Parts: sequence; structure tokens; C-alpha cells
Amino acid sequence: MSNKEEQLNALNDIKKMMDRSSRFISLSGLSGVFAGFTALVGAYLAHLEIANSVNGTYEYGFTEDDLEANLIKIGLGVLVVALIGGFLLTLRQTRIKKLPFWDRTSKNLLINLAIPLFAGGLFIIGLLLAHPGTYGLIAPSCLLFYGLALINASKYTYTDIRFLGFCEVVLGLVAMFNIGYGLYFWAFGFGVLHIFYGLLMYFKYERTK
Amino acid sequence: MKNPIGALNKIFDSRIRLGVMSILIVNDSISFNELKQMLELTDGNLASHLNTLEQAEYLKVQKSFIGKKTNTTYILTDLGRQAFKTHLDALEKMIKSL
Repeated sequence: MSNKEEQLNALNDIKKMMDRSSRFISLSGLSGVFAGFTALVGAYLAHLEIANSVNGTYEYGFTEDDLEANLIKIGLGVLVVALIGGFLLTLRQTRIKKLPFWDRTSKNLLINLAIPLFAGGLFIIGLLLAHPGTYGLIAPSCLLFYGLALINASKYTYTDIRFLGFCEVVLGLVAMFNIGYGLYFWAFGFGVLHIFYGLLMYFKYERTK
Repeated sequence: MKNPIGALNKIFDSRIRLGVMSILIVNDSISFNELKQMLELTDGNLASHLNTLEQAEYLKVQKSFIGKKTNTTYILTDLGRQAFKTHLDALEKMIKSL
């Protein structure tokens, strides 16, 4: 332990152990890309659904409640598909890196992501159930709570997630003042931004290694 | 001139002990098994290094039970935190001066 290289190696080791023990570094950028595409498909389906209901393509008896139910189905479908895809792609990444999938870092990441998301989820359910006519607030609230969740979780994974969180929060706030265009903001936040950041992380952390 | 090598802590000469300290500095408490998994060591090897650190009073051992199994967790003492910081500063100085 006397020359410069030795000491630099020691410092690198320290940094690596600090990161590996406190941050989940196997989050796959491709899962972001996948989630983004799923969200775009979902947004397109929702768009068709709304257009059909407005144009009266559906038979007599199709109410606003039916539309709401269909949109919720699409939303949940997107969530499930994106989660499964993200889970599998991240699992694959842990195999490549030979790191454990379920350890304290992934637990920390999930818990800290879940707290604002859970609060946001209840808030949105509250909007749907107790405040009829506030549909316009759903997309901005989704973006806002999701952004805050990402910022909160970013301490436990790549810091890039933090900037994605900021983008989602800003987008949510802008959407708040543009009620009626919620679906477009939603598609941009959950679709385009996910794909963009997913690719960014993929090229930054995965392809070079 | 003060020799910067003198400020380097002998206890941290071992990469394994340095690794343990690096992990503990960013985690409030950590179990023996988690340390073992992260450092990819055998039980005996890790235990002897942890013992050295404990003797130096750089870390505290807490034993508890999860069901019937013992769960040993480690936390850094203030002395350990200080020693690690001093060591890092010394490393930094050495690299700059070379």
C-alpha cells in the first residue's frame, strides 16, 4: 500500500462498496423503455375509447360510468403489463451483474417508491369515488405523485431517476393548468419520458459493460 | 513535513475491513449475512475481521433473535466514523501529493 495506484484502487473499492450496499444498481433501463411503450399503447386505447364515446359509436345505453370503467381497465392493464415487464427485465439485469435481486437495496427502493405512490393512489381513488366531475385532475395527480415517488426513491438507485422525477412533477403541475389535455400529458410523462430516460440509462450503464 | 502515511490507519490496511467500514458508513445497521453476501466472504474470514474492528471499538454488535435464529447486526460507533473519515482524508492527501 504505497503507490498511487494502490491508493486509488482502495478509494474505488470504498466507493463501489458504498454504492453497492446502499443503491440498487441493477434497475434496467430497458424496463423504462418497455413501460413507456406500454403507456403509449394504453394512452392510444384510452384515446379511442373516449373518441368512440364522444362520437356515439357505442350503442344506446353506454353511459359515462361505462366509459370510466373501461378507462380504469385500460389503466390497470397498463400498470400490470409495465410492472411485469419491468420486473423481468430487471431480474435479467441482476443475473448479468450477478447481484442479488432481493436484498436491502431493492427493498429500500421499493418501500420508498411505494409510500408516495400509495398516498397518490388513495388520493386518486378518492377523486373517483367522492368527487364526481374531477376527472380532469386524475392525470395531473398521477404525474405529480409519481414524480415525487421517483424523487424519494432516487436515493436508493441511479441518481438519473431524480431528474426523471423532477420532469414528471413539472409536467404534472403544467397539466394542472391545462385540464382537458390530461391524456396527452399522461402519454408524454409516462410514455415519452420513460422511453427517453430508459434509453439514456441503458446506454449509460448497460451497453458499455 | 509531516509524513502523510502516518495518518493512514493500520486497521484499514485490510481491504476487507475497509469494505466493512464502507458499507457501514452508508447503512444504519447491517446483518452478518448481508455483509457476507456483499463482500463475498466465508463466515470465519469475515468474523475475524469484524472482531478486529470490534476490538478497536469502531463498531458495535447487536444480537437479537428472529424466531429461533440469532440475528447479529453491526453498527458503526462515533469513533469508527471518525477514524474512517480521517483515513479517507489521509488517502486523499497522499494521492494529491504523489
